[in-house]
Amino acid sequence: MQKLTCIECPKGCVLSVMIEAGKVVEVTGNLCPKGCTCAVSEIENPVRILTSVVATEGLSLKMVPVRTDRPIPKGAIFHVMQEIKKIKIKKPVHLRDIIVENCLGLGANLVATRESL
Amino acid sequence: MLKKDLVIVGGGPAGMAAAISANKFGVKDILLLERDQYLGGILNQCVHTGFGLDYFKEVLTGPEYAQRFISEIRRNPEIEISLRSFVVDLTQDKVITFLKPGLLQRVKAKALIMATGCREKTREMVHIAGTRPAGVFSAGLAQKLINIEGLLPGKKVVIVGSGDIGLIMARRFVLEGSEVKAVIEIQKTSRGLLRNMVQCIDDFRIPMFYRHKIAKIYGNKRVEKVSVVKVDDDLQTIPGSEFQIECDTVLVSVGLIPENELIEMAGVQIDKKTNCPVSEELNKTSIPGIFVCGNSFKVYDIVDVVSRDSEIAGELAAVYLNKR
Repeated sequence: MQKLTCIECPKGCVLSVMIEAGKVVEVTGNLCPKGCTCAVSEIENPVRILTSVVATEGLSLKMVPVRTDRPIPKGAIFHVMQEIKKIKIKKPVHLRDIIVENCLGLGANLVATRESL
Repeated sequence: MLKKDLVIVGGGPAGMAAAISANKFGVKDILLLERDQYLGGILNQCVHTGFGLDYFKEVLTGPEYAQRFISEIRRNPEIEISLRSFVVDLTQDKVITFLKPGLLQRVKAKALIMATGCREKTREMVHIAGTRPAGVFSAGLAQKLINIEGLLPGKKVVIVGSGDIGLIMARRFVLEGSEVKAVIEIQKTSRGLLRNMVQCIDDFRIPMFYRHKIAKIYGNKRVEKVSVVKVDDDLQTIPGSEFQIECDTVLVSVGLIPENELIEMAGVQIDKKTNCPVSEELNKTSIPGIFVCGNSFKVYDIVDVVSRDSEIAGELAAVYLNKR
């Protein structure tokens, strides 16, 4: 039995998770089905949406905020951060514009979360 | 002097939700004043996710959450937006004086909604002894420096206080390549959301010290180290518990103070302890027709709730204007 805090919403349910051979077999303590999804993900393949900012040149904002458009493995976070630091945005971007496609082959795009003209 | 049915001060989440709601309830002559050059308020620097799950049923970043409201306001010809407009005076009969580049403008409002948010508590308010070197920042200021200005305030960081902004900034510094040496919390548990403890502290194995406080900051030009002590359940220092942490930066994340000096100037009753308006009902103040919403009414944890509560302020203003 392992205790986990669900990170799907601000409620932060404390989950009790039964694990057998690295797989989640039972989750209790969750107030909604997201708790189960969260427990399975946290035990079997922990992922996070990465957010950061990218430098610009000649745009209205000095820094454009970005996110991965889907969660990426926790272990890849610092590798993606290194990629982010290499980029400079020189052309205007709009909300959800792709800044880096399929970042490091992780299957997630890095997208802008704010417009900068 | 300009005349408006409704003036809203503050173009963050609270002010924007109030403006849209007031218009939906029939107010057609609205002026929204924002001191920054963009709408969105503090959401613009909150580039992390965790917003909107309740309101939009989607996980959004701060700028994305703000954009939903900005787009709606921009489409609405009955809401006039005035950016870079800094309110300097407010009277009991709802005359607002504001500065705009090259302009000092006065406007008489029939009703007023104040959505001016909070400012951060500072080092001075929590009485940390020691020298006064560079390198001591409030957490929200550090967030602005990194996320808006692209500047990294320091490389070896100690964070005082474990509210949500402190936790979010712990992760932010680590992602930027700085080392977060400790988060020091005087209480027994974190003041932040549990999900932030997991995603910001546990994920990056940042050392948390509960029932500890910073006794002293050292350094001449720049922060060099801090001394930390353990405290007992009465928050008294436990003798002999002192240890030191080398660092170049101290982040202070010890709470927020609602900004209500303008309505105080107009004669609205303010609770001196909390700096919130004295009120028995959500968004109302001691002066009829002056409403307050969002973090300047009370300090919220979640912006989705701010949006919902601020919509009520818009409705209250509409009802008030109808009755006049």
